[in-house]
Amino acid sequence: MAETISLEVLRYSPEHDAEPSFQRYDVPVHKDWVVLDALNYIKDKVDGSLTFRWSCRMGICGSCGMMVNGEPKLTCATFLSDYAGDGSPVRVQPLRYFPVIRDLVVEITDFMSKLQSVKPWLIRGDEKPVSEGEYLQTPDQLDRYKQFSMCINCLLCYAACPVYGLDPVFIGPAAIALAQRYNMDSRDEGAHERMDVLAQHEGIWGCTFVGECTQVCPKHVDPAGAIQQYKLTATIERFKSFLMPWSKNEAAEK
Amino acid sequence: MSNTQQAARYTEYHPRWYRTHVSTWWWLARWPYLKFILREISSVFVAWFVVVLLLQIRALSHGPDAYARFEHWLQNPGIVLLNLIALFFVVFHAITWFNLTPRAMVVRLRGKRVPDRWIVSANYAAWAAVSLVVVWFLVRS
Amino acid sequence: MVKHSNEPVLWSLFSAGGVFAAFVIPVHLFLLGLAFPLGWIPAPGYQYLHALVTLPLTRIYLFALCFLALFHWAHRFRYTLYDGLQIKHLNELIFVCCYGGAIFGTGLAGYLLWNFH
Repeated sequence: MAETISLEVLRYSPEHDAEPSFQRYDVPVHKDWVVLDALNYIKDKVDGSLTFRWSCRMGICGSCGMMVNGEPKLTCATFLSDYAGDGSPVRVQPLRYFPVIRDLVVEITDFMSKLQSVKPWLIRGDEKPVSEGEYLQTPDQLDRYKQFSMCINCLLCYAACPVYGLDPVFIGPAAIALAQRYNMDSRDEGAHERMDVLAQHEGIWGCTFVGECTQVCPKHVDPAGAIQQYKLTATIERFKSFLMPWSKNEAAEK
Repeated sequence: MSNTQQAARYTEYHPRWYRTHVSTWWWLARWPYLKFILREISSVFVAWFVVVLLLQIRALSHGPDAYARFEHWLQNPGIVLLNLIALFFVVFHAITWFNLTPRAMVVRLRGKRVPDRWIVSANYAAWAAVSLVVVWFLVRS
Repeated sequence: MVKHSNEPVLWSLFSAGGVFAAFVIPVHLFLLGLAFPLGWIPAPGYQYLHALVTLPLTRIYLFALCFLALFHWAHRFRYTLYDGLQIKHLNELIFVCCYGGAIFGTGLAGYLLWNFH
């Protein structure tokens, strides 16, 4: 195995630069090193000004998402040994389709506000008092939404979604998947509240089922599936409200 | 203005964040994107088939001579080539559609999700059956 | 109460059209566009086809096929123009051309099939 590997990292300093530019670093290759290890080596030993987000370094916090050779990846889960082969440098860039604050750090407020807008928490008409015990759920009921609950908000799906790239108004894969996580939860009663946000044009309807979000998701959430399933749900609801306007959801009246 | 809208406006106008412009040719940059655009373009050939079908119906109602002219038009090499390409695209549409169906429609039997490949196989089986029915109707004198 | 978009209706037509197109168009196009013109399979005669299309059920089938396939195209092509060419500023024009085209084609199919003799 080669002794060093080259990384080309996109640098952007808003104080000095008008545009980002690549800077090349040579990093020693250790067995089992991931791209994050290389970035930390650079920051510790070579160039302390390199700025990037990371936290758990084990694929659960969702902080370290970046573009590695043009693909959205968690840098803590991307092994250098997969790239060392032909000697060409590994390109590391900030997550695509988000504004870049500095170097590899992107601005994610847009996602945070969209996530908040789908109300990703259990909504109930009446809360059971604690004395009455827990809300019970069978394994089959859990199975209906469990996949969508695996989302770690890493935003790789947004970096892969051309619709989001072309029109940032689109609410995006993770937000919809997380809305579905609660819609499909048997303990939740808030589906109609989320529908107001999701049934907009900037909600689910911007999605054209490219499917790349699902391909890049490190947690196998399948946001594309969640979105298509919700399109079906929203359509059925729309036809129901049109054909049977008398059957209103009771909670909607509150 | 709601919090979401305020955040969006702030994001939009912040001067020092760098925003990469998305190229018009974004779909050429990666193979999955190109495959997606080809899949979407298949709809044009679906519409083309409707055009040919309408031409056939019109020719049929205008008498045997008109229909013979229509059949002759179909034998034009340029039209044959176009229909060959169209066939590729409508088959591509069918395959991608059937493969994606289980993701959009989750079927549950007795609480458990039916495996995707069963739905896909059922689609292909139905496709073969329907095609045979159409052949039965059309392949005869 | 937020106004819900009309996308669900358009999406339903797109989906129904997609299903119908996927199941029947390949075999129809293969026969009509390749097998019959190139002589691989003997083409049905004029009399038989004319009698077949005269049947009400056939005309309903053909109308449904044209209607749904055209709206499938309209919806998909509209989004392709939005995303592929990034010409969102022509939104309304694209919308009108696509669904207008589908309505026109459907009208044409209806007219041809209704007046078939």
